Amino acid sequence: MSRLLKWVRAHLVVLAGILALAYLVLPNLVVLAFSFNKPVGKFNYEWSQFSTDAWTNPCGVADMCGSLALSLQIALLATLGATVLGTMVAFALARYRFRGRAATTALIFLPMAMPEVVMAASLGTLFLNMRIQFGFLTILIAHIMFCLSFVVTAVKARVMSMDPRLEQAAQDLYATPTQTFLRITLPLVAPGIAAGALLSFALSFDDFIITQFNSGPTTVTFPMFVWGASQRGIPVQVNVIGTGMFIAAVVFTVAGQWLANRRKARA
Amino acid sequence: MTTTTEAAPPQVVPLEAARKKRRKLTAYWLLLPGIAWLVVFFAIPMVYQGSTSLQTGSLEQGFKLTWHFATYWDALVEYKWHFVRSFSYAAIATVLCLAIGYPLAYTIAFKANQRWRNVILILVIAPFFTSFLIRTLAWKTILSDGGPVVGALNHLHLLALSDAVGLTSGHRVLATPLAVVCGLTYNFLPFMILPLYTSLERIDPRLHEAANDLYARPFTIFRKVTFPISLPGVVAGTLLTFIPASGDYINAQLLGSPSEQMVGNGIQKQFLNVLAYPTAAALSFILMALILGMVTVYMRKAGTEELV
Repeated sequence: MSRLLKWVRAHLVVLAGILALAYLVLPNLVVLAFSFNKPVGKFNYEWSQFSTDAWTNPCGVADMCGSLALSLQIALLATLGATVLGTMVAFALARYRFRGRAATTALIFLPMAMPEVVMAASLGTLFLNMRIQFGFLTILIAHIMFCLSFVVTAVKARVMSMDPRLEQAAQDLYATPTQTFLRITLPLVAPGIAAGALLSFALSFDDFIITQFNSGPTTVTFPMFVWGASQRGIPVQVNVIGTGMFIAAVVFTVAGQWLANRRKARA
Repeated sequence: MTTTTEAAPPQVVPLEAARKKRRKLTAYWLLLPGIAWLVVFFAIPMVYQGSTSLQTGSLEQGFKLTWHFATYWDALVEYKWHFVRSFSYAAIATVLCLAIGYPLAYTIAFKANQRWRNVILILVIAPFFTSFLIRTLAWKTILSDGGPVVGALNHLHLLALSDAVGLTSGHRVLATPLAVVCGLTYNFLPFMILPLYTSLERIDPRLHEAANDLYARPFTIFRKVTFPISLPGVVAGTLLTFIPASGDYINAQLLGSPSEQMVGNGIQKQFLNVLAYPTAAALSFILMALILGMVTVYMRKAGTEELV
């Protein structure tokens, strides 16, 4: 017994870490398990019996796959917009000295330090006052707005940590500015841009609060669908989509890491 | 932008000046679209909200700016407990995130080998990519009245204890403050772990060896070496947890009952259901001001403590 206690004491931190990880992963496991459930009532909170119905017919619920497609569409466009605009701002901040720098930095920082509901309500108020119809466009505008800052932060860090001598070397070897940018700067900054884009996609795809305040009656994104379902009755298919997203995310990150390792091994 | 090496010496000076000017213009061109986006869709709405909060009227008759400051007072009176709950739930969740997240970040940074480190990091980040509404709803199953968690807590008589403190009521967890805090802690835990990990990862292990050589005990090493160096991560993590948690209304809505509602629920209700835009604007203005004030004080405190 005392040996066990000693062992526990020696590994206390790791044990606490494992418990924390279990806390993080547990809901995903519950979502997975309940995707095989055949619930009795409208809600999928209590286990009744095993069934693969939801997996064989994932789009069997009205409007759900449509909302998923809408979410994907918005997330892709928002990622594109935020990445392009954010990368430009990041380069300006990392490379140039100009008047209004402090104000620009504050403007980039503030959306990340603001509770979502405040931004959501204020943007919604603006659209209301301007009599702009809520819908696809207003959601897209809002998503680009809150993703922008994250892209700027990710790309700026990468540009700042770049060795300026690499670009100087390219110039010394008579590369034009365009060539230098396309063949030296951009490949070196690419991981930062990729990280910013990935984060934008995840944030936009999963956003609920800002979307709820800025969407119209016909534009129901996937999180909006889940929210509505949580009040009316949740189809099991929601768990199938949730599990699918989790698996896709893990596969994506593992594949990305594997590719990065291979590239590193070759270099 | 190409510098012509053949340029005659007298021409060099104006050429340089022109280049400098053009460089400066490039900066503004790069900034323009992104900054314009943020000004129009972030900064101006904030100002607009300030003006909306002082308007009176209704949706049919239109709203007019009447400098009606009473809206603020009424909103505060009606929602004072929502504010208290928002900040206390968020504060408890932040402390719990730190207590749960620190050991995990420490394990990833110092105890795991390269392979395990990647596996754990993926498991920490992967939930980001799964709809958090679905994961929050999963807590309804985990904490349900007949479920294993409630059963175990009842068996240990812990629920009787938390009932007495007011964290739970009626020997159940769902629809109590405990469930809301549990959901908030869970949802914002990755935001605590990642900055903690980045600040811990930078620590040179030789510092630990040096402290060990100087006869520091493990806990002293942590208190005098590891924790002070990781302080920037702690500050970043607590801010990234506290700010979104205090504005959240999803956990209170899905896991709590009407008596656990937070300010976010109030803003959402006033904006989307009651259509009382001035009240919603006043509430979010108060929330924003309080958070900005707290963050400023906290950052100043954390900064000076670090220096001393």
